[in-house]
Amino acid sequence: MSDVQTAQKLRPSADYFTLRGEVEEFLYDEAEILDTRDFKGWLDLLADDIRYFMPITFNVKFGEHGDKERTRTEKDMSWFNEGKWSLTKRVEQILTGVHWAEEPLSRCTRLVTNVQVTGVRDSEGVEELSARSRLLLYQNRCEYEQTYFAVRRYDKLRRVNGGLKVCERKIILEQTVLLAKNLTVFF
Amino acid sequence: MSATGNTAPLIDIERGMIAREIFSSESIFQQELETIFTRAWLFVGHESQIPNPGDFFMSRMGQESVIVARDKRSKVHVFLNSCRHRGMRLCSADHGNTSLFTCPYHSWSFTTDGKLFGVPQFKNLYEGCLDRAEWSLVEVAQLEVYKGTIWATWDPAAPLLATYLGDAKLHLDMTLDCRDGREGGSEVLLGVHKWIIPCNWKIAAENFLGDSYHNPSHRSVDLIGIGPSAEYGVKGRRDNELETAQHLWISFPAGHGVHSAQMQADMAEPETYQNNSVVAEYFREANRRRKERLGAEANRLLPFVGTLYPNTSFHGRQPRNLCVWHPHGPEQTEAWRFFLVDADAPQEVKDFLRTYYMRYSGPAGMTEQDDMENWNSATAASRGVIARRHPYNYQQSMGRSTRNGPTPGNTALQMSEENARQYYRRWSDYMGGADWDTLLGKKD
Ligand code: FES
Ligand SMILES: [Fe+2]
Repeated sequence: MSDVQTAQKLRPSADYFTLRGEVEEFLYDEAEILDTRDFKGWLDLLADDIRYFMPITFNVKFGEHGDKERTRTEKDMSWFNEGKWSLTKRVEQILTGVHWAEEPLSRCTRLVTNVQVTGVRDSEGVEELSARSRLLLYQNRCEYEQTYFAVRRYDKLRRVNGGLKVCERKIILEQTVLLAKNLTVFF
Repeated sequence: MSATGNTAPLIDIERGMIAREIFSSESIFQQELETIFTRAWLFVGHESQIPNPGDFFMSRMGQESVIVARDKRSKVHVFLNSCRHRGMRLCSADHGNTSLFTCPYHSWSFTTDGKLFGVPQFKNLYEGCLDRAEWSLVEVAQLEVYKGTIWATWDPAAPLLATYLGDAKLHLDMTLDCRDGREGGSEVLLGVHKWIIPCNWKIAAENFLGDSYHNPSHRSVDLIGIGPSAEYGVKGRRDNELETAQHLWISFPAGHGVHSAQMQADMAEPETYQNNSVVAEYFREANRRRKERLGAEANRLLPFVGTLYPNTSFHGRQPRNLCVWHPHGPEQTEAWRFFLVDADAPQEVKDFLRTYYMRYSGPAGMTEQDDMENWNSATAASRGVIARRHPYNYQQSMGRSTRNGPTPGNTALQMSEENARQYYRRWSDYMGGADWDTLLGKKD
């Protein structure tokens, strides 16, 4: 049974809302952790085998949106396509205090909405949820610099020791030319 | 200042001083578009992006959109992306394949070699008035394909690309050639990084021209280690292969500048790409073959970074890419970065490299994020009324360059701003509408 079928079967049962509530709490906690700059705490929310992916988006002619609008995880260059090792490096870099693009630190506020559970899967005895959400990230730097990122997120969340960890995150930023000078924030 | 304003007093090469105004003035920016970007050779794309007839890639020259297209007979063209009727953009897709560029406004259509093909109701409305042959797409004056890279200029009088590049070509070659020394053979990975930087385009160009002095700004990545051997415990943002090399800062008469490095003659091959043993072995073998192919002496020279006048930069090695700093306004630049790999490298090697490129380069790259921050504030600092009374200092290693370096060009064996001084000497000549002999430095 596909993820969507499973989720449709769940919805709108009490079980579905319980599960969604749990995912919402998790994503809100994550936003709070990042907004309050507990970067190491954020790493703890990520599975060791996480894939963190943000493709580059192209202008394509009608009819090519399905398969040609974005770069793929394989073979192509993207904005992000990495695992926990380099995400940890990014955190370490901020914590050096001399990462000039984050010194002084950006002030960020994350609004998480449109949270839905789209699938529940048993992966070798471990529960894995598919969830999607929208994130509006407000970033302010120094005096006058501000950027809004509105992204769609497609997550896979794994149940570990009763809690959840992100094991896959696909982030869709709807810009072909990045209209921000940097992507120093976590989505 | 008018579009023909005299900018010469802003550039004092003898004393090593350059007015801040050139990084912030609107009229100077306009003059640059008219005097530099209409004449210089500009990099517009790579053949691997348009392998088949009908393939196109939307690019930019100066502030204008252009179409890089391969026509039905496989010939490459560069056209202004603008309909000859009322100017509509003909191509809105970043890349693709087509047999005709059809205008969305009144439906004139143009073939992939730029000819006006379809004009709706031609017989009724245009018979006897419009000569189709006269209204082809606006095409660049000259175009050259060099080792896969596509270059164009609007100036019919511009010299051949090879003449324009002069001895800087050697350094572009080392970027484009296969890692094992075979000529050419590189390809661009799908996914050109494009982003907007609130900085003047020259600040980015100058950074790659040989400003190695800004190394301390990358301290954060050097401390944590993000290079191709970082998982193996090696610090820094790339492998240490240039550590014992003689670094060279070389400027060229036409305004280009590079930072290259010459390895010690008897140096043992350094261990690189240690995060992955397959990749490490691939490069060990490539290095061995390069030495065999070029000979021990030529093999000592390694590519590093450079800028080809006016706005094409390259990173020759770790990471490996070409970048263009498209001017948008005095305080805004659209940066494009094209990432290179050897086309015939195994997929595992390409995957390793692109993963490294992604964590190093561009707005999401840990190294370059710090560049962008600095370029941004250097531009902002060029604006103030009082600030503009005080020129920037370009006196580093003045008078310390020699024409008797180990490779052609005016060479400094220590960090030097000679490359920048030469770059702005040429900038001044372009702004003054100088002839090509002057622009090529033949009158220096
Ligand atoms: S503007 Fe293109 S056909 Fe009229
Ligand atoms: Fe840099």
